[in-house]
Amino acid sequence: MSQSALHPAADQATRLLGLWDLMLWVCAGMYVLVIAFLAWAIWRRRRAAYLIEPEVMVSDPGLERALGGWAVLIVVGLIVLTTASFLTDRALATPGERPLKIKVTGQQWWWRVEYQDGPVERWVETANEIRLPLGRPAEIELASDDVIHSFWIPNLAGKTDLIPGRTNRMAITPRRAGRFRGQCAEFCGFQHAHMALDVTVEPEAAFEAWRARQLAPAAAPADPQRAYGQQVFQAKACAMCHAIAGTQAGSRNGPDLTHVASRRTLAAGALPYSKGALAGWIANPQALKPGTNMPAVRLSADEQAALVAYLDGLK
Amino acid sequence: MIRTRVVGDLSTLPDHAFGLRSILFWGVIGFMLVEGTVFVLAGGVYLYLRGLSPTWPPEPVLPPSLIYSAIFTLALFATELPNRWLNRRARALDLRATRAGLVLMTVLGLALLLLRAFEFPHLNVRWDQNAYGSVVWMLMILHTTHLITDWADTAVFTVWTFTHDVGPDQFSDASDNCAYWTFVVWTWLPIYALVYWAPRLT
Amino acid sequence: MSAVPMPPADAEARAAAKLAETWGDRPGVWGWLTTVDHKRIARRYLVTTFVFFGLAGILALLMRLQLARPEGRLLSPDRYNELFTVHGSTMMFIFAVPVMEAVALYLVPLMVGARNIAFPRLNAYSYYMYLGGALTLWVAFFLNIGPDIGWFGYTPLSGPEYSPGKRADIWAQMITFTEVAALAVSVSIVTTILRMRAPGMTLARMPLFVWAMLVTAFMTIFALPSVMLVTSMLISDRLMGTHFFNYAEGGDVVLFQHLFWFFGHPEVYIIFIPALGFVSAITETFARRPVVGHTFMVLALVAIGFLAFGLWVHHMFATGLPKLGNSFYTSASMAIALPSGVQIFCWIATIWAGRPIFKTPMLWVIGFIVTFVIGGLTGVMVASAPLDLQLHDTYFVVAHFHYVLIGGAVFPLFGAFQYWFPKFTGRVLSETLGRWQFWLIFLGFQLTFFPMHLLGLNGMPRRVYTYPAGLGWEPYNLAATIGAFTIAAGAVIFVVNVVLALRRPADAPANPWDAPGLEWAVASPPPAYNFVDTPAVSSRTPLWEDRTSLPVMGGLATDYREIVVTSPVEAEPGNRQDSPDPTIWPFLAALATTVLFIGSIFSEWALVWGAIPLAIALTGWFWPKRTGPGGAPE
Repeated sequence: MSQSALHPAADQATRLLGLWDLMLWVCAGMYVLVIAFLAWAIWRRRRAAYLIEPEVMVSDPGLERALGGWAVLIVVGLIVLTTASFLTDRALATPGERPLKIKVTGQQWWWRVEYQDGPVERWVETANEIRLPLGRPAEIELASDDVIHSFWIPNLAGKTDLIPGRTNRMAITPRRAGRFRGQCAEFCGFQHAHMALDVTVEPEAAFEAWRARQLAPAAAPADPQRAYGQQVFQAKACAMCHAIAGTQAGSRNGPDLTHVASRRTLAAGALPYSKGALAGWIANPQALKPGTNMPAVRLSADEQAALVAYLDGLK
Repeated sequence: MIRTRVVGDLSTLPDHAFGLRSILFWGVIGFMLVEGTVFVLAGGVYLYLRGLSPTWPPEPVLPPSLIYSAIFTLALFATELPNRWLNRRARALDLRATRAGLVLMTVLGLALLLLRAFEFPHLNVRWDQNAYGSVVWMLMILHTTHLITDWADTAVFTVWTFTHDVGPDQFSDASDNCAYWTFVVWTWLPIYALVYWAPRLT
Repeated sequence: MSAVPMPPADAEARAAAKLAETWGDRPGVWGWLTTVDHKRIARRYLVTTFVFFGLAGILALLMRLQLARPEGRLLSPDRYNELFTVHGSTMMFIFAVPVMEAVALYLVPLMVGARNIAFPRLNAYSYYMYLGGALTLWVAFFLNIGPDIGWFGYTPLSGPEYSPGKRADIWAQMITFTEVAALAVSVSIVTTILRMRAPGMTLARMPLFVWAMLVTAFMTIFALPSVMLVTSMLISDRLMGTHFFNYAEGGDVVLFQHLFWFFGHPEVYIIFIPALGFVSAITETFARRPVVGHTFMVLALVAIGFLAFGLWVHHMFATGLPKLGNSFYTSASMAIALPSGVQIFCWIATIWAGRPIFKTPMLWVIGFIVTFVIGGLTGVMVASAPLDLQLHDTYFVVAHFHYVLIGGAVFPLFGAFQYWFPKFTGRVLSETLGRWQFWLIFLGFQLTFFPMHLLGLNGMPRRVYTYPAGLGWEPYNLAATIGAFTIAAGAVIFVVNVVLALRRPADAPANPWDAPGLEWAVASPPPAYNFVDTPAVSSRTPLWEDRTSLPVMGGLATDYREIVVTSPVEAEPGNRQDSPDPTIWPFLAALATTVLFIGSIFSEWALVWGAIPLAIALTGWFWPKRTGPGGAPE
C-alpha cells in the first residue's frame, strides 16, 4: 500500500510529478548559484583584523551590473516555471472520455462513496473505499455535510476540498493497478488523523465484478446466530445510524454497512478489517478512535457475538 | 559616549502646529486608515455575499426603507458646514467661536444619533434572519460606532474647553476632531449606497 | 546651519541631569505601571514574547514526542489539536509579530535620533493589550479550554455548530487583543519614522531597518483589520446568531478563508520584513561597509510590501476556485521571488566586497541565507496552483514555512539579539555560548525540518495526531524529533547566555561593534531621554562619517518633555511639540478593554456595559493636561 506523490499511478499525479521534477531542477540550480556566491564571498577575504576602519565612500558598478544579470536570471526562471505550471493546470482540467461518475461526501470522520454511474438502479453506495477501473477516467464530485474536508489520494491526483454548500469536481485517470491510501488533508476536528480511504485500481473486469457484488442486497443471515445478530442490529442503536440494503435498516447518518465485511478497513482506516477488529470496534469505539460519533452500545456477550457474526457475514 | 558638536539650534521653531504638521494628526490619520480598511473590507463582504445570492435582498426580505436614511444622510452632510467653520475658528485660536462650535457639534451629533436610531427598525431585516441581514447590520453598526465614539469624544472635549484654560495644542485637538468628523461623514456615503441602494439596483 | 562653538562639558552634564529628571520614571511599581518610555516598554515586550516563544516551543517538543513513532499514545487527539492550535497561534500572534515590533519599539526612536516614540501612551496601552491577549490564550489552555481549531480557525469547524463551548471564542478574542496592540504600535512607528527623524535624515539616508519597519507598519495597518473583521464576524455568528458563514442562510464558508488570508499572507511578511532589516544592519556593521545596492534594497522592501497583498488566494488553491484566477495568483506569488532574490544578492555582495568579521551575529546572517533561500524556493513550488494540490496541507508546507519563518525571521532575530543586546541591557553576550547556540539551533533545525519535505511528498498530511506504520514515514519523523530536541538544547544555551550576561555588571561601551547607526551614539543602555541634543545627520552611516564627533542641534526644552517634529521626506525641522508624561490611564484603559473583550465571550451585552469603564478610562487618558507651552494629551 502506498500514499506518496512520488509514485504516481494516474495521469494527473504523473503530470504533477513531472512539474515537481522541473521545479526541483530549476530551484536546485538557483540554490547552488546562491551558495557558491556566498561561499566565494566568505573565503575570498582573508580574515581581517578586528576593528578595521570601515569603508564609507564606495561605489560598486560591477556588482550592480551583476545584480542586473541575477535579476534577469530570476525572471527567466520564473517565466519557465509559471508557464509550466499553467500548462499543467490546463491539462488537469481536461476531462476524459466516458467518465465514471462517483460522488464522495466527507463527514466527520469518514467518507461516503456513491457510484452514480449509469441508470439509478446500477448505483452503488459504500464507505471509506474506492475502486477504480484501470484506464477509465473517473469524475469525482466532492461535497460535505458538515465541515471542510479535503480529498487526497497522492498516488492518483492532487487534493481538492469538500466544502459544505459547494460542489467541487476532479478527474482521475488511473494507469497502474494497485492498492493506494488516501487521507483527509484539511483539518476537520478531533479524528482528522483517522479519516483514510482505501483505494484500489484494478482491471475493468475485476471492477465490474466488484460492482455487481456491491449491487446485490445484503446476504440473508445463514444461521440462527446471525439471524439473532440481525435482530440485535435492528433493535439496538445500530439501525439508527446505519443502512443495510435489503433490510429495514435505512438510516444514512453513518456508513452504509451492506457489504461491510468485504472492506479491508474499519472506521475509515483506523484499523484493518478482521472479525476480531470488528468485535473490538463495536465493543469500545472510543478506545480505538477517541471522539468518533459511533457510540458504545451496551450489549450482552451473546448479543455482541451474534451482532459481530451477522456483520462479518455481510461480504 | 561619543563627543558632540553643536551645529544648529531648534529653540526658534514654533511650539505648536495644526493639521498635517502636528504629529497627533498623523495618529488620527493612522486610525482612519485602519478604520477605512475595515469599511472597505466590510463593503467587500457585502458585495461578495450579494454575488452568491440569486436575488438581493433574498426573498421575501424587502429592501430597507428610504425615508429615515434620507433624512439622516441630508442632516449628516449638513453638519459639515458648522464642522468646517469650527475647524477654521479653532485654527484661528478663536476661543469663543471654538467653544460655541463644539457645543453646536455636540448637540447636532446627539440629534444624528437619534435619527440613526430610527433607521434600524426600518432596515426590514434582522441580523439573525439571513446573511444579508447580518452584513447590513454589520455595516450599520460599524458606522454607528464611529458616530457614537466621535460624539462622546466631542462632548467630553467640549466640557473640558469650558472648565480649563485652552492652549494652542487644544485648538489643534479641536481641529483634529473636526477632521475626524469629516471622515465619519464621508465614509457614510459608500455605506449608505450599499445598504440602501445596492438592493434596489439589479 | 552655522557652526556654533562647542558647549563646555559641564553644561552638557547639567543638561543631561535635568533631562534625566524630566524624562525619568517614578521608582517602583507605580513607575512600572505608568512608564511611557519606549525602551522600558520594548524590553517588557521582548521578555514577554521570548517567554511565550519558549512555551510554544515546549508544545512543539510535545508534538514531536507524540509523532516520533507511529501510533503514538502520549497525547489524546483533543490535546494534540489544542497543542498545534496554541503553538501556531502563539508563534504567529504572541511571538513573531510582537517580537519584531518590540525590537523596533526599542530601536526605531534611537535609530532616527528621537527622544521617544510618537505616541508613548498608546504604546504603553499596546503592551497591556498584548499581554491580555497572551494570557487569555494561555490561561484557557492551562484550564483545558484552549482553542483546538487550528491557528486559522476555518469555519464551519470553528462555527457554532461544530465548536460548542468557548474555545473558538477565546481564539477569536485573543486575536482581537493582539491585533489592537499591533495596530497601535504600527501607527506609532509610522508616525515616528515619518515625522520624528533627526534633522537631515532624509528618506534616502534612512537606515534599512527603519525602512523595513516603515513597510511593515504600513502592511500591518492594511492587513490586520481583515482578521479583526473576520474573527468578529465569527464571534457574532457564534454568539448573536448572524449567518456570515452559514451557507444554509446565504452565507459562505470560503468567505472566511478569503478574509483570513487577506490578512494571513501579509502577516508572514509582517514577520519577515523586519528580519530583513536586521540582516541589513548586521551585514553592514560586520562587513565594514555600507550595504551594496541600498536603493535596490529599499525598492525590494516596498515591492514585497505591495505584492504581499496580491497573493492570498495561493492558500486556497485546493478550494476549487476558478483556474484562471489561480494562474494570476501563481504568477503574483512567484513574482515575489524577484525582490527577495535581489536582496539576497545584495547581502552576499556586501560580504563579498567588504572585509567581513565573523562574529556570532554574522553567523546567523549566513545561517539565514543558507536556510531562507531553501524556504523561498519551496515557496515558488507551492505557489504553483497545480503542484500545490499535492503539497498543500502536507508536511512539505510545514517544512516550507518553518524554513521561511525560523530560517528567515528567527535566525536574524537571534543575530539581532546578540548584536543589540549591549544596547538593550548594557552587557555583551558571550561569543562562545553564542556560537554553541548557533550551531545547535542551525543543525537541529535542518535535522528537524528538512525531512519534513520528504514526508510531505510521501503523503503525510498536516495536523494529524498520529499516523499508521508502514507508509515509510517513520525515519523522517524520528529524525525530526531528534532535531527538535537539538534546537531545544540550543535554546537552553541561549537562556543561559542571557542569564549569565545579566549577572555581570553593565559595562558595555556605547558602540562595541564600531557600528554606523545613531543608536550606537548613546550609552548602552541609553538614558531615558535618549539624546542630550538632537543629532544632525548628513549620511547613511553617521557614525562612520566623522570619527571624532557627532554633529547635533540644541534648543529642545530640558525642563519638560519636548520633541522636534521634522518633515516626512527631507527631515527638515518644522516645529517643537510636547511629549506625554507617565500616566496610569493606558493601563486602566487596557484593563477596561480586557474586561470588555473577555466579557463579550460570554455575553454580547458586555459590549454595552463594558463600554462604560472603557469610556471613563479613555476620558482620563485624553483629558488634556497642560505641561509645556502646548500641553499634549496625545
